[in-house]
Amino acid sequence: LNVAETPFDFVTASYLTRIGNQSAGTLAELLTGLEHSSDASIFHHTFQTLGLHHFLTEGFSNDFAQWTLASTNRSDLAEQLAALDIRDYTSIAALRSDLCRVVRDFCDAYPQFASQSGLERFYFCESVEVAVSLGRSARTLEGFREAVAHLSHAAFYYHFISSRLRLQLQTNDFSHWLSDSLGLHTLADSVNRIDVYTNTLDSARAKMLRLIDRERRKA
Amino acid sequence: MTEALTANRIPLENYAEVVGAGEIEELRALAKPLRGRSIEMINSTAVGGGVAEILNRLVPLAEELDLRIRWEVMKGAEEFFDVTKSFHNALHGEPYHPRPKDFEIFLSYNERNRASLRSDAEFVVIHDPQPAALIDARQPGLNHWVWRCHIDLSHPNRAVWDFLERFVSRYDAAMFSSPEFSRQLSIPQYLFYPAIDPLSEKNCPVDPEFTQQVLERYQIDSQRPILTQISRFDRLKDPVGVIRAYRIVKRYFDCQLVLAGGSASDDPEGALVLKDVLRAADKDPDIKILELPAWAPLEVNALQRASTIVVQKSLREGFGLTVSEALWKKKPVVASAVGGIPTQIIHKHTGLLAHSVEGTAYQIRFLLSHPEIATKLGENGHEHVKENFLITQKLKRYLALFLLLDRRQ
Repeated sequence: LNVAETPFDFVTASYLTRIGNQSAGTLAELLTGLEHSSDASIFHHTFQTLGLHHFLTEGFSNDFAQWTLASTNRSDLAEQLAALDIRDYTSIAALRSDLCRVVRDFCDAYPQFASQSGLERFYFCESVEVAVSLGRSARTLEGFREAVAHLSHAAFYYHFISSRLRLQLQTNDFSHWLSDSLGLHTLADSVNRIDVYTNTLDSARAKMLRLIDRERRKA
Repeated sequence: MTEALTANRIPLENYAEVVGAGEIEELRALAKPLRGRSIEMINSTAVGGGVAEILNRLVPLAEELDLRIRWEVMKGAEEFFDVTKSFHNALHGEPYHPRPKDFEIFLSYNERNRASLRSDAEFVVIHDPQPAALIDARQPGLNHWVWRCHIDLSHPNRAVWDFLERFVSRYDAAMFSSPEFSRQLSIPQYLFYPAIDPLSEKNCPVDPEFTQQVLERYQIDSQRPILTQISRFDRLKDPVGVIRAYRIVKRYFDCQLVLAGGSASDDPEGALVLKDVLRAADKDPDIKILELPAWAPLEVNALQRASTIVVQKSLREGFGLTVSEALWKKKPVVASAVGGIPTQIIHKHTGLLAHSVEGTAYQIRFLLSHPEIATKLGENGHEHVKENFLITQKLKRYLALFLLLDRRQ
């Protein structure tokens, strides 16, 4: 039985949404907001929203795409914004740059739509994370599996999605520990590849548990 | 100040069946660092209205988490509540020319309540404008004060807002139900959604036999589509607009319309609106206009559950918790994109938004033609409410806010 020297400490987090002072009523204003909003705001409207709306497994990607579709009725631009996969990015700066590029290119190509008012305004917000320990830890794959199986959505989200920002968007807490502390690199990679767009948090967790079970059978 | 006593306590563990044991464990984990800390909730009424309804549920749950929480209601007389009612409407954008005396009355009642305020609580939460000036009781560095605004401040009367802002800006934070309702302030502003209680009479599971009895009582045919709007008879809820939308739908589908709300007999404006609604209904036997006694929560619950589609065609709206109630019951909802409704209805994901009578009719027709899409929207809507608009989530936000304030001290 492989016992990790460093235990996995389970944490949960509650997120407060801080309302910013920026909003957009047109695509041109959305572009300005994207250029000037904080990193925390870009994170909120992409990563955080994915967690909040995890039960939507079809056609929902981020708040910018959803607003563009529902409020400005520009499905072509919405599709391009939705196609940006947050897992491809290693920094918020790169994600912001691509979001800006997509909106800027659209506004340049269709200036008549850039200043057209949307039905509702878009409000730039930020997530404020308040994390607390669950007082539970694991040193073995068995103990880890047991704890993951009973995590709340918020705790699972914290370790599986929100952690990507802390880890330079390249991995997640679970994969990081499985690889670094238990040396289970293949399992860690498989867990990291679970699609956060087409899975709910529950189905992502179920997949992860199946992968762990397969690993345990190999041992 | 008078301490409000909460009724109908529901143990926290009972919510595990609805939200999962993990969520309850999480509430306990968040509350652990706050155990024994004192919290004071202050508003202006112990009964009636959404704030009192929420505090009635929230306070006992916080007590179960070992927080020393008290709910106090400020005392006022008719002249004070006349002024605050005018302030309330003015903050919603209605024309109003305040007299200097109005501000004096407001301040004098806040001052009287300050005298009996237990201002040493570590966290003081002031609800809405009525007790906002209690902030004058704050002693520097002693505790945290936050202001929870439940009303829409997007287009306030300038004079009233300027007066209030000098109090609001002295709080540590302000909380609003929607970003759209907030103001540009010098203090941090957070999004705090209103919430429904999944175990209350209005939202708990209902025996299908009872639902059938309710339908029979009001002569509603369960075999034909039922469109329902639950709202008081108020022009801003546009009940006549709902009838117009129904008439368009009726050309294509043999449906019924239920308009149910509280009794309009003690509300002169409501009685006038009801008269207009009856006129617009023109004795159509498939339009049921129901005046329910004191909101009859179980009957509302049954009507929502029996509905094929729930409509909320408001012209203006606060948060519109009737939408969350319907979504919790997995109902497809067609609603206006006003106030807090777009937060609940993510267009084409958790329901459909509309911007006109014709748009409302079109979306209803679409859902009646595509029941599989209607079912999916209802299921998504249920999950959306579960994640965001339940009383347990609201409690979690308060805990997070208190922890944040504490850590930033």
